[in-house]
Amino acid sequence: MQFSFTSEQEELRSVLRRYFEDTSPTSTVRRLMETERGWDAADWRGLHDQIGLGGVHVPEAYGGLGLGFVELGIVVEEMGRALVCSPFFASSVLATTAILNAADETQKAEFLPKLASGETVATLAFAEPNGRWDVEGVGMTARPGGGRYRLDGVKSFVLDGASADLFIVLARAPGSQGSQGLSLFTVRRDAPGLTVQPLAALDPTRKLARLAFEGVEADLLGEPEGAAAPFARTLAQACAMLASEMVGGAERLRESALEYASLRMQFGRLISSFQSMKHKQADMLLEVELAKSAAYYAAAAADDDAADFPAVAHLAKAMASDTYLQTAIHTIQIHGGIGFTWDNDTHLWFKRAKSSEVFLGDAAWHRERMIQTWAA
Amino acid sequence: MSTTSEEALRAEVRSWLEANWDPERELVAWRNLLIDAGWGAPTWPNRWYGRDLSPELAQVVDQEIRRVGAVGVARAGPRSLAQAVLLAHGSDGQKEQFLRRSLTGEDTWCQLFSEPGSGSDPAGATTRADFRDGRWVVSGQKLWTTSAHHADWGLLLARTDWDKLKHQGLSYFLIDMRQPGVEVQPLRQMNGHASFNQVFFTDAEVAADHLVGERGGGWAVATTTLMHERRGFDSFGAGAGPTDVRPGRTHAQASAEAATALEPYVWYPQRTGRVDLVLEGARASGKLDDPVVRQEIAKLLSLAKSVEWTARRARAAQAAGRPPGPEGSLGKLAASLIARAAARVHTQIAGADAMLTGADGPLEGLIAEILVSTPAISIAGGTDEIQRNIIAERVLRMPKEPSPDLDRPFRDVPRSVAT
Repeated sequence: MQFSFTSEQEELRSVLRRYFEDTSPTSTVRRLMETERGWDAADWRGLHDQIGLGGVHVPEAYGGLGLGFVELGIVVEEMGRALVCSPFFASSVLATTAILNAADETQKAEFLPKLASGETVATLAFAEPNGRWDVEGVGMTARPGGGRYRLDGVKSFVLDGASADLFIVLARAPGSQGSQGLSLFTVRRDAPGLTVQPLAALDPTRKLARLAFEGVEADLLGEPEGAAAPFARTLAQACAMLASEMVGGAERLRESALEYASLRMQFGRLISSFQSMKHKQADMLLEVELAKSAAYYAAAAADDDAADFPAVAHLAKAMASDTYLQTAIHTIQIHGGIGFTWDNDTHLWFKRAKSSEVFLGDAAWHRERMIQTWAA
Repeated sequence: MSTTSEEALRAEVRSWLEANWDPERELVAWRNLLIDAGWGAPTWPNRWYGRDLSPELAQVVDQEIRRVGAVGVARAGPRSLAQAVLLAHGSDGQKEQFLRRSLTGEDTWCQLFSEPGSGSDPAGATTRADFRDGRWVVSGQKLWTTSAHHADWGLLLARTDWDKLKHQGLSYFLIDMRQPGVEVQPLRQMNGHASFNQVFFTDAEVAADHLVGERGGGWAVATTTLMHERRGFDSFGAGAGPTDVRPGRTHAQASAEAATALEPYVWYPQRTGRVDLVLEGARASGKLDDPVVRQEIAKLLSLAKSVEWTARRARAAQAAGRPPGPEGSLGKLAASLIARAAARVHTQIAGADAMLTGADGPLEGLIAEILVSTPAISIAGGTDEIQRNIIAERVLRMPKEPSPDLDRPFRDVPRSVAT
């Protein structure tokens, strides 16, 4: 198991940090979050053409970099730090990972090169309006006919659903239950019978959509009724990556709180000289470092396919959920009244912390999953 | 480490042990043989019973001694602090008098730093040492002194000059604990154990040549002691007690010595919260099916795992030669969080039985001992509050606390205990 980054990985991190500091200042975040799609096509191309972030964990045979989840974790951690407005998590993490886990060779060759180049923007549509993150909550049906399938039902909380070209959709055979009868499908955005409705997201940097399917024609991805295992794997890997993204944001918040406390004078002294501030900052450092350790471990465990995966992915997501939000709350508190204003940047990360706390399952849900494994 | 020197060393130790190790030898006589050969403390200088070996090569010696099942020299507990201090700061006369007898185990040591009025702040010591008629005369009170009741000698930090600044008026002494002016009383803790003592000095005497370093230079020597104490802190309580007892007189004497040395630490595993007992306990009591308890268990296990991984990150960074990151300074504070969370979870699992102790309590009283021992972890070796100050000031570079004790003679520093 890897407990420190290689010098190549450290180099990747520092290149990305500089790049995102340049291309994703909060002025850019604020501009993009006010747009409907929430990201800029030129930035998306730049991500692929300028720094080559396409297909980080996609094998080179499919046009990717052939790296692993540790490297992908570094990328999303730096994106979370800079709050980069991009469909990267939807397309390059969720959809790409689902295809890697579920698709056959022909399908991989069909989809992955275009995802890796950024030409196609895809997303994963699996949750439904009931808000459940387990497959038991999936009610969408897939009826076979003429070599294809017809999907009926509603998907919700679909990341970048209003701007994606391609949907990877989880549905079940009519009458099936639980983890039985589940299959993955690909659906083009312009498929007849598909209605895409953007949702008003609390976190404007992370767009969500609801997709209504009425007899929409879809192509099977991978094995018929064999999606339970590859989907579970995809979700666990995605949780490890989301945890990485979240600790990136949490660390940035912690640093901004320290920076502010080191400038702000009250009662003739820096507020950072008050012991209450020092102790809060020490606690924040401890919490963020622990959450980072968990996220890093989960990413390495995903690469090693370790015995304690997916339990550690649940652990990492639960820690990140609690820590990111708590760090955001502390950061606003340390800023005082100014931290509650729209002009101060803290709320941008606070809202990302809140949406990420719940996205892919909240802390309590992940802890229950984790303990089910460990107490077995 | 070069292979040839390692192989040659291994062969040399091996043949020496074959010729000399005899499990029926008297313990002190055996250790004197080890010391004379330089195998007792091989990292020490040639001049002082050692062979100037690197720590890596010294491991080869340890391995060979363990391999034949021989007994090593006495290095555990406060005795190791005395050895470190004497090597670093002792005069030749002091080294001559004390080093060998500490290695043979003939002398037992204790450390006399903390006082009722200076817990987190050992430099605030007010035990006084006055030079009269060619010797030092000591009066005052020390606290939290492990093993003082069977110590022959003590490492004493005392104030010799009250008109100097706080850190400049301290001196460091080696004091004979077996004299009329020294009274040792066990200090009973809330968990019923008495791991520590209070030590009262009433005109106790210290010979002039038992001052370590310069008069007024005691703080630098104390810093050496504290550094070694922190380094060894975890290992003190780590073992469950004397390991396997082998036949032979030497082993019998050594394990009696180890039992005495480890006695104060028998409850130390309990102060960590014993996360290892949680899942099994919850399963046995049926609380593993309670979703509320499951959540608390999961929180505790997540915390314990991420603390372990953070420590491994710190070690990996160190091994890779990277500068230490913040992750290395957090372990002490994290251990407190784990212990508190574990005590909470043990209580949930035990339910009403958490009110019972001894044979009536869960696990024959072990859970009760955890519940009344965990408060120690956030105090001993630096309170959580001091740890947070250290993290804030040294890692996060936040402003230091105001120090009204540093800008005036110690005599004028406000203190809570009258002297």
